[in-house]
Amino acid sequence: MPHPWIPNSYIKDLMLRELGVSSVLELFSDIPQELLLKRELNVGYGSPLPEYRLRRLFNDILSRNKFRYAIPPFLGGGMCLHYVPATVKHLASRSEFYTAYTPYQPEIAQGLTQALFEYQSLMAELYGVDVVNASMYNGSTAMAEAIRLAVRVTGRKAVVLPRNMHPEILEVARTWSEPVGISLIKVGYDKESGSVDVVELEKAVREWKPAAVVIQTPNFFGVIEERIDEIASLAKESGSLVVVYEDPIFLGVLEAPGKLGADIVVGDTSSIGSGLNFGGPTAGILGIRDPEGKLLKQLPGRLIGYTRTVDGSEGGFIMVLQTREQHIRRERATSNITTNSALEAVKAAIYVSLLGPHGLKKLGEALAGRTEYLVRALRKAGLELAFEKGVYLREVTVRYARIAELRTFLKSQGIYIGPLLGRFFKELDDCCLMCTTELHTKEDIDLLVRLIEEFLRGA
Amino acid sequence: MRFRQARWDEPLVFEVSTFTREGAKIDEDFSEYASELLGRLPRRLLRASLQDMPSISEVEVVRHYTRLSQMSYGVDLGPVPLGSCTMKYNPKICEELAADSRITEAHPYLDEEDVQGILEIIYTLQKWLAEIVGMDVCSIQTPAGASGELAGALMIRKYHLDRGDAGRDEMIVPDSAHGSNPASAAMAGFRVVRVPTDRRGNTDIEALRAVLSSRTAGIMLTNPNTLGLFEEYILDIAREVHRVGGLLYYDGANLNGIIGYARPGDMGFDVAHLNLHKTFAAPHGGGGPGAGAICAKGSLVDYLPVPIVDFDGRKYYFRYDLPRSIGRISWFYGNIVPAVKAFLYIAALGPNIKEVAEVATINTNYMLKKLEALPGVDLVYGHGRWRKHEFVVSFERLQRETGIGAEDVAKALLDRGFHAPTILFPLIVPEAHMIELTESETKENIDRLARAYEEIVREAYSSAERVRGAPVNTSVGRLDTVYGNLPKNITLTYKQLRSREALPSFRS
Repeated sequence: MPHPWIPNSYIKDLMLRELGVSSVLELFSDIPQELLLKRELNVGYGSPLPEYRLRRLFNDILSRNKFRYAIPPFLGGGMCLHYVPATVKHLASRSEFYTAYTPYQPEIAQGLTQALFEYQSLMAELYGVDVVNASMYNGSTAMAEAIRLAVRVTGRKAVVLPRNMHPEILEVARTWSEPVGISLIKVGYDKESGSVDVVELEKAVREWKPAAVVIQTPNFFGVIEERIDEIASLAKESGSLVVVYEDPIFLGVLEAPGKLGADIVVGDTSSIGSGLNFGGPTAGILGIRDPEGKLLKQLPGRLIGYTRTVDGSEGGFIMVLQTREQHIRRERATSNITTNSALEAVKAAIYVSLLGPHGLKKLGEALAGRTEYLVRALRKAGLELAFEKGVYLREVTVRYARIAELRTFLKSQGIYIGPLLGRFFKELDDCCLMCTTELHTKEDIDLLVRLIEEFLRGA
Repeated sequence: MRFRQARWDEPLVFEVSTFTREGAKIDEDFSEYASELLGRLPRRLLRASLQDMPSISEVEVVRHYTRLSQMSYGVDLGPVPLGSCTMKYNPKICEELAADSRITEAHPYLDEEDVQGILEIIYTLQKWLAEIVGMDVCSIQTPAGASGELAGALMIRKYHLDRGDAGRDEMIVPDSAHGSNPASAAMAGFRVVRVPTDRRGNTDIEALRAVLSSRTAGIMLTNPNTLGLFEEYILDIAREVHRVGGLLYYDGANLNGIIGYARPGDMGFDVAHLNLHKTFAAPHGGGGPGAGAICAKGSLVDYLPVPIVDFDGRKYYFRYDLPRSIGRISWFYGNIVPAVKAFLYIAALGPNIKEVAEVATINTNYMLKKLEALPGVDLVYGHGRWRKHEFVVSFERLQRETGIGAEDVAKALLDRGFHAPTILFPLIVPEAHMIELTESETKENIDRLARAYEEIVREAYSSAERVRGAPVNTSVGRLDTVYGNLPKNITLTYKQLRSREALPSFRS
């Protein structure tokens, strides 16, 4: 049956005549007879759908999503609802960008390559490193790649990671590492501050002489790792590389990890233009500080570089150092990555350009201010913080015996907090994360806290 | 048709403006609280400087990136016949619906009961994909095709290990395979064993037999292969590989050529990945994000990455309890937005999706017939065989006779308003053009593309210098890939560029 998305389906007979065959089946005659599917695929809804039916069907399905945010959600866990400016959405929907392929023909893709070069430059600046690649899939796979990068560069086989980093990133790291003999050594956190237990970490570093020491700041609990530079130096003493995972949204107020000793930086663009998308897509940020030039040739992923025209008259951008990549180096490539997250990287470049240095600083302050306001209000309401000595930023960990009930009660009012930490940490089964972003007004936070007080009173 | 690409002398975003402005307003309602919190941190942890970030007004950001978009080229501007990339039209209804805030603002840690709509879409898509490839279960947790390959290779590894079969350290990959196959196999810890292609364009079955052993973990195959040819002896391959205890991995990059006609599961494949951004019309985004799926049959299902979405007759839920799962291959649930587009695409076409394979195959062979007839152009493998979704021709003879090779021809195509096909790949074909015309291309455009090729080839024989001078109609002339890759010239950021280029404007 012809379909408008398949224009030549209306002139199939004409095309077949041009090919000199009478039936389309002839074109498939090299498929063994017993493999030819003798029935229709059981997909879709019985027959092709006109656009208006598709739209209605889709709306019906989505109406079965029950979540309704009465006010912006306080849901955290590494991803929080941040604002995506209309400008970012609008520019990223230019179909010259989104219907393009990887810029294998750079002369016809200078806009795209320039935008990606700008992304690399902006992220390198923000993270205080020399080079950031043109994107990984997301923060979790960027971390898995960072670990493998450190292992290749150092020739060592163990990596030290903290238990207070995102548990799903840890799981991904395990899937990507352990089958090839990389040992992931986990170190605990301080029960009072929620930050990495530096004594335990130091011990692990001495014992294992790891390829890398990984730190996430603010960590999964929302606590800023205040001893990050100290950890970096003790890792370096053992010849280990320092990997820091940090959400870019904090870098308007927190010092660039590259300036605090990180050799490899990792992040995710969810907060700077990609949005939540039920967890993906976003882009993974992966960068290196590489004064001796030891990491670059082991870096996975595409890199856009500057070059000149063959006649030397103009400058332009191309993909460089492709000999690291799978389509050239095959089994000796630094990674198998092919499709990446270029459009999300372009969005991040647009987002960061739009905010500029002042916007980024003010946004960081907006998060800090709301976190402080929330923490005070929660304490006043009588809700305990799980790590009283930690300095929280954007996310906070609260502790309360009937936390699941409280969460359900708030949800009934259209206010979402979470995730409950029991699903990741047995010892924290009375704890829950809350996240506050620039979207929250004082009234929003006041309402949240008023309802919590109400619940505590009734409890 | 004349083609002139926009040629803005657009500076890098860092040079758009030097005056201090902000492009987006942020409120300062909580500033006194911010000072309190940040004041508690040691100074060394506070951002010292952001002065090298650009500051630009909103309107200038919009102009800058709009101009850059005008110097880019995608399917919405014309044919992009990149082989093995399946650059089909991305229906606008899919774009619009997938941008719904009930998806884009859905937090991944919402309760299952609150996102039943999204879970229904994922579950239904998993089911449709399993039906399309003839497998039992699919997971869409893989954010891209290569991620599916890694998942598949890890599944195969674990399958053998769990059976106490620790000696299987070899993954077989044909020499015509996409580079990601051997790269994925190596990432999963396998030694890659290469097998050649025979003259008919099939995997050389004698050579395959010779390398099969008790060390064989499996074989990674693309079918139709990168030559656009269906592996005629796939059933023999499956039998032989299974006989020695190996498994078959299906690379779904080329599914477009057989969708609805034949299914990898029926051919004997145990694990398969799909590229939702190829076969199922989610856009490529200038390189990504795409979305992948990883599917398995029989006992391999237990090894799929988690979570997958299941249905208990009443509600949809995440399943984490696959007994032998390799674990998470990525965080959360995959690239949901492109997956939703794939769902919409399949929903719109229904069982009619078979038409995709038919017309893609017709278009490809129609184009091949026109190209084969040109002087200097040769078909290297599988003479007289019908191609499926793509074909590969060699310009080796043209190069010998005129000095004009595959890359020159590609650049000359750009000048005529077409994107070039994949060139110099697969490596087994010298001076290759790998051409894929998807079902969404019109006859008129295919005729135009064929005429462009004809014109270029004739020009190669009459005035080769002109072809070598291409492109001239693009935003920039031919770029020097050697210069940009010289170690002393490697320039990956604006800062490096500033320190190396003394010129006032980098474009001139």
